[in-house]
Amino acid sequence: MNNYQPNERGYWGEFGGRFVPETLMFPLEELTEMYFSVRDDADFQAQFLQLLKDFSGRPTPLFHAQRLSEKLGGAQIYLKREDLGHTGSHKINNAIGQVLLARKMGKKRVIAETGAGQHGVATATVCALFGLECVVYMGTEDMRRQALNVFRMRLLGAEVRGVDSGSKTLKDAINEALRDWVTNVDSTYYLLGSALGPHPYPLMVRDFQSVIGREAREQIIEKTGSLPDCLVACVGGGSNAIGLFHPFLNDESVRMIGVEAGGKGNVLGEHAARFNEQGGGKIGVLQGTKSYLLQDTNGQIALTHSVSAGLDYASIGPEHSFLHSIKRAEYVSASDNEALDAFQILSQTEGIIPALESSHAIAYLQKLAPELSPAQTIICNLSGRGDKDVNQVQEMLLTK
Amino acid sequence: MNNRIIEKFSRLKSDGRGGFIPFIVAGDPDLQTTKSLIIELCKADATVIELGVPFSDPVADGVTIQTSAERALRKPIAVRDILEIVADVRVEGFETPIILFSYFNPILQFGLKEFAEKAKATGVDGCLITDLVPEEAEEFRAILAEKELCLIMLAAPTSSDERLQKICDKASGFVYAVSRAGVTGARTETSSDAKVLVSRIRKFTGLPIALGFGISNASQVEETWKFADAAVVGSAIVAEMIKSSPNPDSVEEDFVEKIGDFVKKLLP
Repeated sequence: MNNYQPNERGYWGEFGGRFVPETLMFPLEELTEMYFSVRDDADFQAQFLQLLKDFSGRPTPLFHAQRLSEKLGGAQIYLKREDLGHTGSHKINNAIGQVLLARKMGKKRVIAETGAGQHGVATATVCALFGLECVVYMGTEDMRRQALNVFRMRLLGAEVRGVDSGSKTLKDAINEALRDWVTNVDSTYYLLGSALGPHPYPLMVRDFQSVIGREAREQIIEKTGSLPDCLVACVGGGSNAIGLFHPFLNDESVRMIGVEAGGKGNVLGEHAARFNEQGGGKIGVLQGTKSYLLQDTNGQIALTHSVSAGLDYASIGPEHSFLHSIKRAEYVSASDNEALDAFQILSQTEGIIPALESSHAIAYLQKLAPELSPAQTIICNLSGRGDKDVNQVQEMLLTK
Repeated sequence: MNNRIIEKFSRLKSDGRGGFIPFIVAGDPDLQTTKSLIIELCKADATVIELGVPFSDPVADGVTIQTSAERALRKPIAVRDILEIVADVRVEGFETPIILFSYFNPILQFGLKEFAEKAKATGVDGCLITDLVPEEAEEFRAILAEKELCLIMLAAPTSSDERLQKICDKASGFVYAVSRAGVTGARTETSSDAKVLVSRIRKFTGLPIALGFGISNASQVEETWKFADAAVVGSAIVAEMIKSSPNPDSVEEDFVEKIGDFVKKLLP
């Protein structure tokens, strides 16, 4: 049995590590030490689980999407309803875990990056809960696409700082958050939102998100008497996917499929599919970690495109690169148009409006489910709800 | 190790002088101008020249160097092109030590071994990688050392004594002390942390120590020389370059001379 833990330098195989300015090594070492001290601490874990339950409403349901299963004519589809958690996405799980750490470390100021705004909203929420100062960095292109979430963050008392460099999306927001952290290391806790960045973030975020897979594993066994055949989740940085996958990694019969953003084409700059080697995906180092990333032949990071702000990112969490390299998980992509279709299909067949990110996972079900038999089951992580995307989708459908 | 950086610092020491290390971004405003600027910096008696490799995601840099990197990257630039510029400078007989100042990914994609071979052949003397901490540096250090190239390591005010030991163990040529927690950028005063850091580093190494981040005028350079072996000036020069060539596609004839004059005024 493999425990899928990184080594002490934060590597899964050749992926991960710490590639940061020296100034950040001290806070990263401090954070790692603190994280390992609470990881097996019963009081901390009890406090974490209590907040997940009372504040966020966990466990989230596992819902049998019967009409969608019938429509696709194959496997039985179960949706893990992370969209029903507080703030409307899985991001709250990690935000609760990390804010407890920030408090334990005595930090009064919290910073975060956000793409679609879901992590920013989750961070603003937990900071409001504990009375901490909160600054969220967000690309100005994403602020435009996700204006509702910008308002939600401000309403929750956070300061949202627009980032105007590069592609004005998630990658640029992370750069700016890192610059803030390096300047304010003593006072500030960096609450990173995906299974990305330097060690210990990919490990820590995965651990906090693994509640998704642990619940789903119990729930599916309770409902069907057996393990699922497949897991499907969208992958931007990869936190909702790794959270679902991780508790199943040693269940060898369970296939795992991560769905990247195929964007509008296969050429570098038109998509955010990091494992698309023809499309410019190659191992490299970005924002603290070694992983697959979209780049040009000179090692400059490429611009990316996705209809979904949360998947529009040039790199992917290192544990996913590892699972890809050992072929434990498969990675595919869904295009903008496929995701837009899926957005509407789920709304109309199940009465659930999914986030555009999650819509990529739903889109892949249309290919996968018909290949399986009605006796087989798929768990699809419905990582967030689509209210935030309704305006953007309306605009796109009108101009289509 | 037979290396220009080591020779230069030992000469400075015997002369009892402080070192001056200017930084520019390769390719801003264009590579040919970079070549002329390097020559100008050699003539201005730079101890070592730091040649920045522009990167799309410079997380350790403030807005000035970010802007310069964006200007440089308006056309694709390969690390190979930058090395060729250094070769051209050497052909013209200038022997000032030159180090590349880069983020790790462009070098990694070039290939670490290929980089070291080519760097040696073109007359580069060492490398400083902003996001390569000692825990990740051994492979590259060994590859560079085999070609007698220096790996300059960064030390920060937040580095513990244990970390300073690790940093000094990997470093060659000199150690770059980061004067304050933060990104690059000009300041008018040098942080009081800087002096403390330099004396802490001396406990772990006999290598020369250069201080950088925030040094932007002659009086700061002079102040730095009281406790460190050299002063690095980056953002102040880069800001002057941006100011003097607001449109990088049409640079005035006296641009290089103007920057040369500016740099000379940074020396006390």
